[in-house]
Formats: sequence, structure tokens, C-alpha cells
Amino acid sequence: MVPLMLRHCLVLIATLVLLSPVKAQDSDLQMLLQANRAAIEKASRSTIEPVLDALVASKLPSVSSFLEKWREKEVWQRKDDGRFFFARPADGGQYMLIDIATGAEAGLADKSAIDQLKPNSGVRAVIASTLVEFQLSDPDPLRRTEALTALERDANESHLEPLRGAIESETDPALKARKIRLERLITIRFGSDAARRAEAIRSFAGDLGVDARGALNPLVATTPGFAEDLPAGVNVARMLTPGKSIDLDTAYGMLVDADKAPRVVSTEARKQALIAHMADGQVGGIPVASLDTQEARDRAYMALVADGRVPPLITLEMKQAEVARYRFYEAYAETDPTLTEAAEDTLSSISLQVGFNRFLDLVLDGLSLASIYFLAAIGLAITFGVMGVINMAHGEFIMIGAYTGYVVQQFIPNYTASILLALPLAFAVAFLAGVALERLVIRHLAHRPLETLLATFGISIALQQIAKNIFGTQARPLTSPAWLDGAWVLNDVVSISYIRIAIFVLALVFLVLLLFILNRTRLGLEVRAVTQNPRMASSMGINPDRINMLTFGLGSGIAGIAGVAIGLFAKVTSELGSGYIVQSFMTVVVGGVGNIWGTLAGASMIGSLQKAIEFFNPSNTLAAQTYMIIFIIVFIQFRPKGIIALKGRAAGD
Amino acid sequence: MNFTTKLRMAGVAALLTSTLLSNAALAEGETIKIGVLHSLSGTMAISETTLKDTMLMLIEQQNAKGGILGKKLEAVVVDPASDWPLFAEKARELLTVDKVDVMFGCWTSVSRKSVLPVIEELNGLLFYPVQYEGEESSKNVFYTGAAPNQQAIPATDYFLEELGVQKFALLGTDYVYPRTTNKILEAYLKSKGIPESDIFINYTPFGHSDWSKIVADVVALGADGKKVGVISTINGDANIGFYKELAAAGISADDIPVVAFSVGEEELSGLDTSNLVGHLAAWNYFQSADAPANAEFIKEWKAFAGEKRVTNDPMEATYIGFNMWVKAVEKAGTTDVDAVSAAIIGETFPNLTGGTAEMLPNHHLSKPVLIGEIQADGQFDIVSQTEPVPGDAWTDFLPESKVLEADWKDLNCGMYNTDTKTCVQMKSNY
Amino acid sequence: MERSFLIRQPSVLVFLGLLALFTIGATVLSDGYGLGLMSTSFVKILGKTLCLCLVAIAMDLVWGYCGILSLGHFAFFGLGGYMIGMWLMWARTKDIVIASMATAELPATAGEIREAIGTQIFGVVGGSRIPAIWAFADSLAIQLILVLLVPGLLALVFGWLAFRSRVTGVYLSILTQAMTLALSLYLFQNDSGLRGNNGLSGLQNIPGLTDLSQSVISIWFLWASALALALGYLGTAWVVSGKFGHVIRAIRDDEARIRFLGYSVEAYKLVVFVLSALIAAVAGALYYPQAGIINPAEVAPIASIYLAVWVAIGGRGRIYGAVIGAALVSLLSSWFTGGQAPDIPLGFYTVRWVDWWQVLLGLGFVLVTLYAPRGIGGMFDRLFRKDVS
Repeated sequence: MVPLMLRHCLVLIATLVLLSPVKAQDSDLQMLLQANRAAIEKASRSTIEPVLDALVASKLPSVSSFLEKWREKEVWQRKDDGRFFFARPADGGQYMLIDIATGAEAGLADKSAIDQLKPNSGVRAVIASTLVEFQLSDPDPLRRTEALTALERDANESHLEPLRGAIESETDPALKARKIRLERLITIRFGSDAARRAEAIRSFAGDLGVDARGALNPLVATTPGFAEDLPAGVNVARMLTPGKSIDLDTAYGMLVDADKAPRVVSTEARKQALIAHMADGQVGGIPVASLDTQEARDRAYMALVADGRVPPLITLEMKQAEVARYRFYEAYAETDPTLTEAAEDTLSSISLQVGFNRFLDLVLDGLSLASIYFLAAIGLAITFGVMGVINMAHGEFIMIGAYTGYVVQQFIPNYTASILLALPLAFAVAFLAGVALERLVIRHLAHRPLETLLATFGISIALQQIAKNIFGTQARPLTSPAWLDGAWVLNDVVSISYIRIAIFVLALVFLVLLLFILNRTRLGLEVRAVTQNPRMASSMGINPDRINMLTFGLGSGIAGIAGVAIGLFAKVTSELGSGYIVQSFMTVVVGGVGNIWGTLAGASMIGSLQKAIEFFNPSNTLAAQTYMIIFIIVFIQFRPKGIIALKGRAAGD
Repeated sequence: MNFTTKLRMAGVAALLTSTLLSNAALAEGETIKIGVLHSLSGTMAISETTLKDTMLMLIEQQNAKGGILGKKLEAVVVDPASDWPLFAEKARELLTVDKVDVMFGCWTSVSRKSVLPVIEELNGLLFYPVQYEGEESSKNVFYTGAAPNQQAIPATDYFLEELGVQKFALLGTDYVYPRTTNKILEAYLKSKGIPESDIFINYTPFGHSDWSKIVADVVALGADGKKVGVISTINGDANIGFYKELAAAGISADDIPVVAFSVGEEELSGLDTSNLVGHLAAWNYFQSADAPANAEFIKEWKAFAGEKRVTNDPMEATYIGFNMWVKAVEKAGTTDVDAVSAAIIGETFPNLTGGTAEMLPNHHLSKPVLIGEIQADGQFDIVSQTEPVPGDAWTDFLPESKVLEADWKDLNCGMYNTDTKTCVQMKSNY
Repeated sequence: MERSFLIRQPSVLVFLGLLALFTIGATVLSDGYGLGLMSTSFVKILGKTLCLCLVAIAMDLVWGYCGILSLGHFAFFGLGGYMIGMWLMWARTKDIVIASMATAELPATAGEIREAIGTQIFGVVGGSRIPAIWAFADSLAIQLILVLLVPGLLALVFGWLAFRSRVTGVYLSILTQAMTLALSLYLFQNDSGLRGNNGLSGLQNIPGLTDLSQSVISIWFLWASALALALGYLGTAWVVSGKFGHVIRAIRDDEARIRFLGYSVEAYKLVVFVLSALIAAVAGALYYPQAGIINPAEVAPIASIYLAVWVAIGGRGRIYGAVIGAALVSLLSSWFTGGQAPDIPLGFYTVRWVDWWQVLLGLGFVLVTLYAPRGIGGMFDRLFRKDVS
């Protein structure tokens, strides 16, 4: 604290000394700023605080508005005399300068004659923190909100009293609740009254907020320590037993660091010692040339030890003996045991809640991923189920849908309207592409599934490259409407973005729609008939060619819609489809062919499985994908027909 | 030109039926040939095509000034198609068939490591214009992009000092640049007193799109009351999904700042940046840099390539590298690789952002480090600019490379062990 | 037996003759041993193409003759390359390390050498510890055995699992695709111990032969590749000509009937699958020292699908078809994408082959499937023979 105060004094003195040379017409604020000019020009979080304190201490009326403008990057500096102004753009690329104290216009300036002050995010945070006391009871609720946000980010001891004072007068219930919560949080961190702190700590039992844990966890942070006898005043969290709860080497290392025990001589140090004691081509009586094994080097070193020329090796027994002389423990930084106990209790109640909610969040993520896989795969499942055809170009239909969305957005700038138009259009374009593919290629390869697979792969290569030629390799933006921005936040642990919810809803809609089409309409009846027995169906007056064409179009159309959805939450590139194609195949194969419920089951299983593996292996998402594929390969061994296998005659073969 | 050479030329041309080669046969001795080794197709084409265009522009400008040593410059453009083995193949072709005097090219370390053995074998000359993970200094390569101490370390310092970040999430794509950079940063942060438990590292595949869980993990890091910052070495397309998820989760740059090393003007053009304002990137160059040289360069670039095109850091690196090479050739009076390599060390050239870049004996540049905040229009607002930082080939923050030093002027070694005072090896690791 | 098989298959002799002529021709034109009319980089392209022809034969064996459309054969090809690459990197690095330690004050211990090799190989990718899978990298003999053993085991385990549970047709194709995807994703991880995305590089520098120039080494590899191709061709032709060949073709045409006749279909398929994986592995082990670098992108699913495309275009069910397809398509591909094909200006739009070659390939492939299901090899058959097997 002392050096800080000293720094403040110095700034004040500097201010006073410098006051004289500044011209008389300058306002007090301008003079104060000029005195601290260097610190303001090159503002840094670590040096700006004394300047801000000086500004606040000056109690000038225009300080708070200046600070607000400064934070918003609206303060400019004239290059020739270094004076600070507000500015607004005027005609001819010039700027109208405005006096910072009076708000009066102070003449035009060229853009090249002035510099904009750009405080970085760290400085802005410090300014916001300084502004808190001006804003806490400001009549404007927006300013009060700003103040609270600043406090949530960074509060210190000095804020506690003003905050407490501002609670009573608060009229807005939401802000009042935030103030009360903040007051408890800051009390935990900086409060002076132990009973009040303990009370605040206990009030957060079961609270899921990150801020609550953020306030509590530092209280229970521990540091390891050791002593011959436990000193008084240390708030011990737990005792450590060397060899069990603490590594012997770690414990010994602590002793070494505190100069209580001799340092272990490392292999490298021994080698250096040998080099240092080389004489006449030998060390410790052993020729240097034969020192090419570790054993020989050890012998040479021991010979040097015997001569007393190098420090002896530390054996395991020596380490154990040294360590046994001390008691090792972990101590809380907070010295008051009642507080740490309260914090531990509260945290353990929170961690149960957090665990449960994390699981919930994982389930939501899994559901979201499953719905994306479902959308991507369902089209494939339909065509595969009905026609027994694998369409390798399915991924490119997804891509076509996404690019349709992008093109629509180029023409219709309104995001809501463009998405509403893009969905049916993507369906239509992909539907047509699918029908064309069926008529031109697949129909001619009937009953040759492997050839179909390869031919559609050719189509896939061609379509991908055509997309590259038209749209370039760069990712294209597909922006969601503003009402899909943001996330549905249940609490600080569970949240899911609206765009994912929208995709989930879309998947549900298509699930219901497809079930309806297949089970309740004439087309569905015919499709099912063709699926189960094409020859019989055609003898009953159904035209299998038409059914195949429509089914293929339908499957492709849904892929187009999936493309818009995927483009919205990820990116639109020509490789978008190929990223999902293998996953889609997996979904279909795992789920069971020719069955919407099967695809749903497959998508759910793959989606949740992937999230579960990610959960257990958080540092490597790549590994999760590898394990998932291996799991699927093994899974197919046990259920070669998928989770939901068609039974009886429908199974065909 | 004697008979055998003629025969050889004719044979090669007949075998490969290549227009470039027949040009080569005609133009022998009259032009100085510059190989441009950037992918024009495949996944890297998006980034590298820009650099090919930059090279063509620079060569055109130099020719307009009368070329070098009275000779015109001629670009030999090949397409390694984002295929790493093909980089080696094309480099060999450039050096042995086209007989180029210098090459500008590669993007990503794996492409450079693919080319390295070829140019070291054939004593070629390569200018590599992209930021990379360091731990290399080849006799035949000049690194005009940033080494870790010219990008990653200053950005981390900015996080520590200016933003007061106490807990770090290092997110990266799973390949060598993020791996090595994160390893260096981890060691650096530990040396700054950040405990291991406060460093969270995650790797994702190329083109990763499902970011919800990772973003949630990052938010959860704040639970022990420390300020969290993200250092992102996420590459290319994957950034789009990441930033979209970040924006959806409502993470403001004031709460959890993200600094990226691979996100520049080009990458931002693929997404709406209004929700990302305030997040950071660290480079040696931003298009928004306010300097006369930069304004001139942008004007020329837009006239050459199109009004909508943006400039970026690797372009500046290409620009500096090319101009230094020109100066070195003029100084040496020849395009001979060894003579140029010797002449270029100590050569200086003005940066586009102001100040002067200098080629150091370790084949790296000294350049200023800029940190910019993303703005709503997809450009960067520069909030910090350092004095020129000398590029360090071997980082000081890893024990095994701390003792190493590269010096091609006095020590004539790219991997010199200062402890044992020996040159570990003459060729590079690849 | 041998004689009758060759007499029954005159195309084998024709092919071997052509291959010998080709090899001699390339040698005569080469920089290393001949007139120097052919650049070393082109010799390398030819050598690599021979390896691709060999893996195409493996693909033809399993698909054209046995009806198993494997979309994962590059997994075996790549594993073969990785196994030999491990020795190449290790031995090369070891030479460097020993040379640099020769001047040290103390003679290096085995542990120190090992540690230094680890730092050199893995320092590049941000590690220094040597993963367990590198345990045998010091021994060329063991790594050569692993070239066959690792891909062979993978094929054996995968095939056994897949065939046992009667996974056939497109299901099997997708499973093989999943296998190679899983392998490439695994290799992409730095933690896989094979240097992640960087893969193994500098493989063209053969340890112990550092004094020889690449122009000579490239010819040696061309010879080795030609020899391997000849042996692979001969072996495959022999395998498919006998009784075994009849059985696997019968499996291709009607699996159920063969099963009812009492043959163990699964065992036959497994043998063919493993055999072709071994051929692919050998091809890979010869290919990557010529390419110089192997990384996980090489085993990505797309590569294996291209392999199927080559064989289909060349004409499956004929060994020379596979060779023709692989040689033609891969050489054309590299010519068109190499930026050497002249652009076609149309006035309003310039057709750049770099951009449109893939489209042409894709559509051409569809046309071949639709209208020439026997591929180019099928045309040969029509020209030279009446009886098409």
C-alpha cells in the first residue's frame, strides 16, 4: 500500500508543479490531464490507476463524463499541443473538436492533426471500476447497470461501502437483486467482519453461479508447507504423509527449496562433475574412453566421492530420514477456520449441484449433436432404405443447401426473411438435384449397389470442385437472424445456443413430417410397398420408378435443409458436406436401414456417445472421434443390422 | 550452350511437354527466375493464392523499375495443391528443371519440412513468409514470418500485464504449430508464476465445428475466481464455428478475452464480427496500420488484385522478404545462393507499419509486434505496438532449445549448442 | 504348373516384358545412370506411379476378383509407409546424433544417444519422449517385418470381425472407410507417437547412403518398385488363375451358392483381404521413401476411394486393367493439377485445368461406370480376346 500512496503523492506533486506552464485559458481538467499526459497517451492497466485516483480526487464535475468518453474511445488528442478533446466527424474528413470541460466547440481539425486515444480492454476495465462510485446511484438505470457489470468483473475493497449504501435507494427490483448478490460476493472477498462473511458464504449454498464459486474457491485454496512442529495461526486443511498423499521426491524438493536439505545431484550434474575432474584422460581412475555406460560413470563418480572431491549422492534412505524430521501439510490462505469451514461446506453443496447440471448440459449438447446428425443422415436413410442405394453425393446435397442459403442472403439482406426463404428454396434446389441424379445416373445402375456408390462418388468430386470454382475455397458467411443470437441460459452451467435449439426443433419437425408422410399418406404407403417388395408393388399398380425418383428427391431435399442448418451454426465451405458424410453413413448403419426410428436411434447414440467420450477426455477432441468410430466398428459386429433391424419379410436381403 | 545441354533441354521439354520448361530453355541467361511455391488448389489455396498474387505484383513492380542487375525477373509458378509430398516434388522440379534462383513459398510447417531436405540437398534458397513455431534455422531458408517470441510471447505478456489474465485456456488445432507454441507458452507462463493447474490445453481436429462443450469448459474455468483468457492457435475454417459459438454464449471480450495467432483480415471476412468486437489478434502487421508505406501498398494491391481484397501479415512478410532479397542480390552482384545468403544478413528494409526490419544472422527478422482488437467491420484496431523484436529461432523457454543458437554469420551453424560450444548439426530437423 | 499358368495367361508375359522395357528405358534416360534426359523428379514420379500400380493390383484382387469393395486400402499402404519411415527417420537421426556427440568430452552412453534422438525427432512436434511404438525403430530387419506384420494384422483382425458377422456389400465398404478414417484421425493426434499432422519426413535420405545423390537413389527405387510390381503382378496372376481364383470369383458372383457348396466363404475372403493388404503395405513401403514424407492425410478416406476409381477406370477383374487405370489417372492427375496443362481461353471465361480437372475426372468416372463398366481393360479384351472372364 505504501508505494501506491507514494505514487499518488508523486502524481499530485507533479500535477502541482506542472500547473504553472499550462496556459491560463485551459480548464482545470485539461491542466490535470496535461500533467499526466504521458500516462494517458500510453495508458496501461499497471500505470493508469494513480492518474485516475488523481482525477477522482480533484472532484472536478466533468471527470465522470470525461472518463466515460475516454472508455468509449471518444477522446482525441491534438498532435501539435497535446491537448485532449472530444470530437465528432465534420464535413470534408475533418473533425469538430469539443472542449472536454465545457462541451463548447473548439474548432475544426484535420484527421491527420489529431490522434484518437484507444485505451485497451484492461485500461477500460480500470476506468469502469473507477466510474463505479459515480454511477452506482445514477438516476439512469443504464449507468447503474454498467456500474454493476464493472463490479462483477473487477471489484475491490473500496467498492464495498458505496455498494452497501446504494442498495436501499435502488428502485429497480432486478438491479436491486443484483446489488444484493454483489454485496454478498464482495463481502466474502473483502469484508472485515468475520460473522458477516460467514453468513454471506453460507447464503450461497447450492448456488450455481460461476461468480459464487469464484468468490468461494480462493478462500479454500491451499498451499503445501512443512514444519518441525505445526506453527500456531496456520489454518491447516489436511496433513500430508510423504510417500502417500505427497510424493517423497516432491516433499524432499520442498526441503531443498527451503535450504533445509542438500540438493540431489542429478545425472547431468554428475556428468559435469566428471568432466570437471578429468585428468590425464581418466576420471577417478577410470579411462574416459570407457565412460560410455551409465554404470561406468557412476563408478567414476563414486570414486570421486570417495576422494571427497564431489558431493555425495543422496540415497533413498537419506531422503526418507530428512523428510521424516518434518511434518507436511496443506494450509489455507485464509486464516480463519470458521470461514474456511463454511466455504468448504457451501462448495461441497454447490459441487453436487454443479455435477448434476454439468450432466444435464452434456445431455443437451448430445441432443443437439444428435439432431444435427439426424438431419444430415435422414435423407440418406430414406434413399438407402427404399432403394438400397448409397449416395456418396449426399454430403454435396447438404453443401448445395448451405450455398443456397448463402446466395439467398446475398439478395435478401433481412436475415429473418432470407432464412425463411432459404429453407424451402434449399429443399427445392436439392430436391431437383436429387431427381436429376436419380434419373440420369442411379436409375441406370439399378441392382448394382457398388457401382452406384462409385458413380455417386464421381458426382461428389465434380460437385465439390464446381462449388469451389463458383464460390472459392474461402468459407462463406451464413448469418442467423438476430433473434437466434445468444443462448438459452438456465444457469451458469447449463446453457444452449438458440441456433442449436432451432436445429433441434427443425429435426423434430422433420421427424414428425416424415413419419406422417410414410405412415399416413398414399405416397408413404407406396414407398413402404416398394421398400418391402418392389416387384409385388409394381404388380399392384405402383410405379416403382416414380416412387424411387420421389424418394430420392425427398431425401436430397432434406439434405438441403440440413445444409442451411449446419451452415448457420458452423461454416459454409465446399467441404462442408464431406465432413458429415461418414458420420451420416455411421448413423444409418448403426441405426438400422430403412427405418426412421432407426436413424433417430443411431443419431442419438452417436451424438451422445461422442459427447460422453469428449467428457472423459476433455483435452483431445480428435481422440473422441477415433474412439467413436472404433466403437461403431465393434458395435456392428454384434448388431450387423443396426439397432432397429427390420424383421421378417421386410428385412429382404 | 553446348550440344549436350541442348539435348538435355530438348529431352526434358519433350518428356514433360511443359510450357514453362520450354520458356526456361528459351530464356536461359536472360532472366532471373523466381519460383513461387504456393498451393493454388486444395485446402490451403485460399491463403496461399493471395501470396502468389503478391509475388506476381512485386515482380511486376520490380521489372517496371528495370529488374535486378539489368536482368528482368521471371516468375515460375507451380501448384503443390496443398499436398505435402507434392511440395517436395515441386521444389525439386523448380531447382533442378527450372533452375530457379530463389523460391518464395510454403504455408504451414509441414509443407516447409517437406521442402527442407530437398533445398538443403540441392542448396536452394527459400523465403518462408508465415508465422511458425520456431525451433529451426536452416542455412537455405529465410523466415520472414513471426517466430514465437514475435507473436505468442508478446501476446501472452499483453494478457498478463494489460488485461490481468490469471488463468489461461490454450486452444489449438492438433498440429505442430499449436503444439509447439503451447508447449513454449506453458513453459513461459510457469516461469511467470502461473501454476500448471491454471493452464488448460485443448486440441481439436482441423475444420472442427462442434464447439459448444469446449466453450462451456472455458467458461467453467472462471469458477475459482481468476480472470480467464483464451490463447487460440485454432487454424483456418474451424475459427468460424468457434467464434460463432463464442458469440452465441455471450462471452464478451471484457469477460474472457480471446487472442488468436491465426486469425487475420482474410479469416474474418467469412463471418459477422459484430458479436466479436474486442477480441484480439497478434501479428506483425494489420491492414489498419496507419503508415504512409502501408497506404501505398494497399493502394497498389487493390489496383493489382481488386478493390475488395484485403492485405494481411504474410503478405507483408512476403513483401519484406522479396525486397531484402532484391537488395542482397544487388549488393552481391549475383544471384548465387551462398553469396546472396551472406549479403542479406544485416540487410534492412522499412516495414509497412513503420520502423525497419533487419535480417538477423539466424535468418529471422526483427519486427514490431502488433496487437489488434477486432472491429465490427472485420478490421483490427491496433491497441499495442512494440519496438522491433528480434526473431529467436530457438526459444529460451524450453530447456532443450535454451542452449541452442543459430548464427549463419560467425558460427555458420543453425543449431549451435552454447554449452558444449559445438554445432549440433548442419542440416535441419524435419 | 508354373508353365501352364503362364501359357494360359500370355498377358502376364506381355506385361512383364513391357515393364522391363520401361525400366530399362527410364534408366537409360535418367540423370543417375544414363543420358540425363530425364530429371530426377520425373524418375521419382515414375517410381511412385509403379507403387500406385502395385496397390491398384491389390485393390483389384480384393474387389475385382473377390467382390469386396474396400474403401480403406490406403490404410494398409500408409501403415507400410509409416513402418519403413520409422526406421528411415530413426537411423538418419542416429547418424546425425552420433556425429554431433563425437566431439563431446565424455563418450556418449546408449541412453544419451536415445534421448538425443528423441529430442531431434519429437522436438519438432513439441515432445521429446520416445513413444513405445518406436521400440524397434533401430532395427531395419524388425521394421521390415513390421511393414508386413502391422498392416497384415490390421487386415486380419478387421476382416475376421467383418466377415464373421456377414457384413457384406455397401455395409462392408462403409466399414472399411470408417477404418481408414479412424486410422487417419488417430494418426492426426500428436499423441499417436507418429508425429501427428507432420508425419515422418525426410524419408528420401537413406541412412548410410548419404553420399549418393538422389539421382542415383531414385533409380534404385525405380528398380525396386518395378521388381515389386512384377512380383506382385506375377503372384496375383498366379493366385487368381488356379482353383483358389475360381472360388473367389465364384464368391464375387454368388456368395450364398458357394457357401451352400460347402466352401468356407469367410476363410477365403479373409485370405484374399489379408493378402491384398500385404501387397498394399509393400507398395506403401516403397512409395514413401520416394515421396519423402508421409503424413495422416495420406490415409484419409478420399485416397482409398480414388484407388477404387483408378481400378474401375482401368477395368476391374483384370490385373493389367488396374495397372493401366492407376498409371493413367494418377499421371494425368498430376499433369493437370501441376499447372502445366495449357489453359483454354473461351473469351468470357478461361478454363483453368487446375480448377476443372476434378470436375472432368468426376464426370468421366460416372460415364465409365455407366457406359463402360469394364473400364479401359474391357476395351483391350474386346480387341484381343473373345472370351472374357
